[in-house]
Amino acid sequence: MHPLRKQRLLTVIFIVFASSAGVALILFSLRENMNLFYPPSKIVAGEAPEGRTIRAGGCVVPGSVERDDTSLRVRFDVTDGNVSLAVTHEGILPDLFAEGEAAVLVGQLHEGVFEADEVLAKHDETYMPREVADSLGKPADKTYGGGDAATCEVIDYDA
Amino acid sequence: MMPEYGQLALIIALLLALCLSIVPLVGTYNGKVVWMSASRSLSVGLFVFVAIAFAVLTWSFYVDDFSVKYVANHSNTLLPVRYKISAVWGGHEGSLLLWVLILAGWNMAVSIFSKNLPLDMVARVLAVLGMISVGFLLFTLLTSNPFDRVLPNVPVEGSDLNPLLQDFGLIIHPPMLYMGYVGFSVVFAFAIAALLSGRLDSAWARWSRPWTNLAWAFLTIGIALGSWWAYYELGWGGWWFWDPVENASFMPWLAGTALIHTLAITEKRGAFKNWTLFLAILTFSLSLLGTFLVRSGVLTSVHAFATDPERGVFILGFLLLVVGSSLVLFAMRAPVVKSVSGFQLLSREAFMLVNTIVLTITVSFVLLGTLYPLLTEAVGAGKISVGEPYFNFFFVKFMALLALIMGIGAMLNWKKTDFSKIRKWQIVPLVLSLWLGTFIPGVIDGPYSVAAAITISLGSWVILLTLADVRRKVHHAPSLGVGLTRLSASYYGMVLAHIGFAVALLGASLNTIYSVQRDVRLTVGNSVTIANMNYELADVRRERGPNYDANVGEIVVRKNGDIVSRLEPEKRSYFSGGNVMTEAAIDAGFWRDVYVALGNQLNNTDWEVRIHYKPVVRWIWLGAIFMALGGTIAIADKRYKLLREKHRRQVEERDSPTPAIPRAELLTVDRQQAGES
Repeated sequence: MHPLRKQRLLTVIFIVFASSAGVALILFSLRENMNLFYPPSKIVAGEAPEGRTIRAGGCVVPGSVERDDTSLRVRFDVTDGNVSLAVTHEGILPDLFAEGEAAVLVGQLHEGVFEADEVLAKHDETYMPREVADSLGKPADKTYGGGDAATCEVIDYDA
Repeated sequence: MMPEYGQLALIIALLLALCLSIVPLVGTYNGKVVWMSASRSLSVGLFVFVAIAFAVLTWSFYVDDFSVKYVANHSNTLLPVRYKISAVWGGHEGSLLLWVLILAGWNMAVSIFSKNLPLDMVARVLAVLGMISVGFLLFTLLTSNPFDRVLPNVPVEGSDLNPLLQDFGLIIHPPMLYMGYVGFSVVFAFAIAALLSGRLDSAWARWSRPWTNLAWAFLTIGIALGSWWAYYELGWGGWWFWDPVENASFMPWLAGTALIHTLAITEKRGAFKNWTLFLAILTFSLSLLGTFLVRSGVLTSVHAFATDPERGVFILGFLLLVVGSSLVLFAMRAPVVKSVSGFQLLSREAFMLVNTIVLTITVSFVLLGTLYPLLTEAVGAGKISVGEPYFNFFFVKFMALLALIMGIGAMLNWKKTDFSKIRKWQIVPLVLSLWLGTFIPGVIDGPYSVAAAITISLGSWVILLTLADVRRKVHHAPSLGVGLTRLSASYYGMVLAHIGFAVALLGASLNTIYSVQRDVRLTVGNSVTIANMNYELADVRRERGPNYDANVGEIVVRKNGDIVSRLEPEKRSYFSGGNVMTEAAIDAGFWRDVYVALGNQLNNTDWEVRIHYKPVVRWIWLGAIFMALGGTIAIADKRYKLLREKHRRQVEERDSPTPAIPRAELLTVDRQQAGES
């Protein structure tokens, strides 16, 4: 074969093999590492798997935050307006974590209690995580910087 | 009236951009020199009017004109002046205006520093840049006008800038990042111009290279600043989160890194021209995609800008238009742009090609991981997020491969290399790096880390081989000094950038492996010992800042009884909006950072305290600075200057230049030079 053609063939074969191996690996790894989002009502209804890393979120129920006296353990409830989910977390809560505000949680479900490895609160006061907004049945805030941004305010916690 | 003038300036800028994208291009077809030269003055005009608009918005912030909605939402009378100015790009509308300003700036820079380019090339490049300006000016005016008023009920007080953004890092991070992002539009315009004219030679690559290097250097600094800012400002002590928006800036960087390397090959060897063009289009498309991801809010990210579907649709449409039309053009014209030279497997070209492919694959897996949540949601498979392990798993391996190939490749010759000649230069670094890699993890406290051994071996392999190559290059010279001065600036740039890459790699990996992070509950007066260091919460006092109240903790750090440092982390509560913010305190050092952040007050005496011990974390940013410096130094290479001077002399001799002649002559000059070097 002409040396130039041979070189081209080798290059093409290399690219094809490398990229297909890459894609296969990537897809496999994506499946392993993706965390599904479940709103509280689905988790309480038992639709979420136990022990797997999943994401949850909702509005922190006012008055539900309880701190341990000796450690950093904290427990609180999040709600999507219908049912509330008990959450525990060991660590420092983010600055913008507050009662009556939205939070996203990453962690595992153990016997109906969500053990959060990570608690993410919103980044500024007008922002609502999209998953939470959608699970509340309201569209995410559309106006930047104002308006009825805090969708958690519409929830009737006593109901 | 001022804001209306600003808006008027933007509209005039849009009209100028429209002219810029049409007139010079038509000129290249009908051969009218005046039409083509109009591109230069139009570019300057475009920049002037966008600058006026930007100045007006800045003025509105400076005088607290809360009748402007954007100002009312992002400023406050109590805000220090420097933050009032930086608040101009603290929100969506203003940062978009900054984007347009920087685009116009690059546009003007090209028109000024392109005196030695053939006029038709200048016309095409500037016209393409003009088209991009049209897109973004339209976007600004139609969906995100920063000059919108709140009338007649003007607010008395603004709602303040997000406290996270009231920081030095934010003053410079977005402009740097945008300089990089937008800077890639120049090489994109060069690529499109090359496709339009069907002419891509070493001269083309030589013109594009300085622009690409500069944009890449800015982007490097921008990303590093963002990471540094997240590290000290967010209070989590992390420096990279694989957040969609971080990825959005990182993907163009990876593609841009591949691009500056293929540009080198295209210039020196005339090879891989299509690959270069493709990477140029890819890099800029990824910059646009980044804009889309940040601006549309389709992904959940810590960079929470507005989630406005209208904006998302506009950017997506623009993105598809740019990517679609440039890829169609690429498919149609790429066969015209042929590469000529062959090469062998053991050559610099081959190794660089492999690494650009590795970089492109890295881009594709980051892209897939970033967009996967969108895909699954689109097909109704539920809302997901892709965890950090996915990114880390691949990224580490690809970077290791990159480092391995980089070390050998940089020492190879173009076209083909006789391995027996370079073997003796490879052997010492190989042995030394393997020894360092196996030895150092054993000396460090704690269990032996194989990952650290591999990292240190690879990092020192790259550094030592790069230095060995410098030694090899000068070993025939009469003295070391003479030899070193003979080396070109672009070679030094490469050396510095490669060492920077290795330093950043070492910093990132070793920091990840050896960091100690603990969240603890501390009573005032008590202390805790973590990893040989003792941390005492001595006191927490209250202080008042210009627009906030703060709890300031005093933490005394001791090692073996000696005081290492006194750290004062703060917990601030801003007056406006009631935002609470953590200001971490860091004892920074070359070998390690001690990082302390104050959490919430748990009761009268107890506080949450976050304590991190972070080895070599500074190396990450130090490496980035090296890379950016390397990219910048390479621009200073005298061959760019030589070309300019030679051409100027020709122009002077000839007196009346016509567009057709200088092009031909310039090409012969290039061939001669390429032969010499």
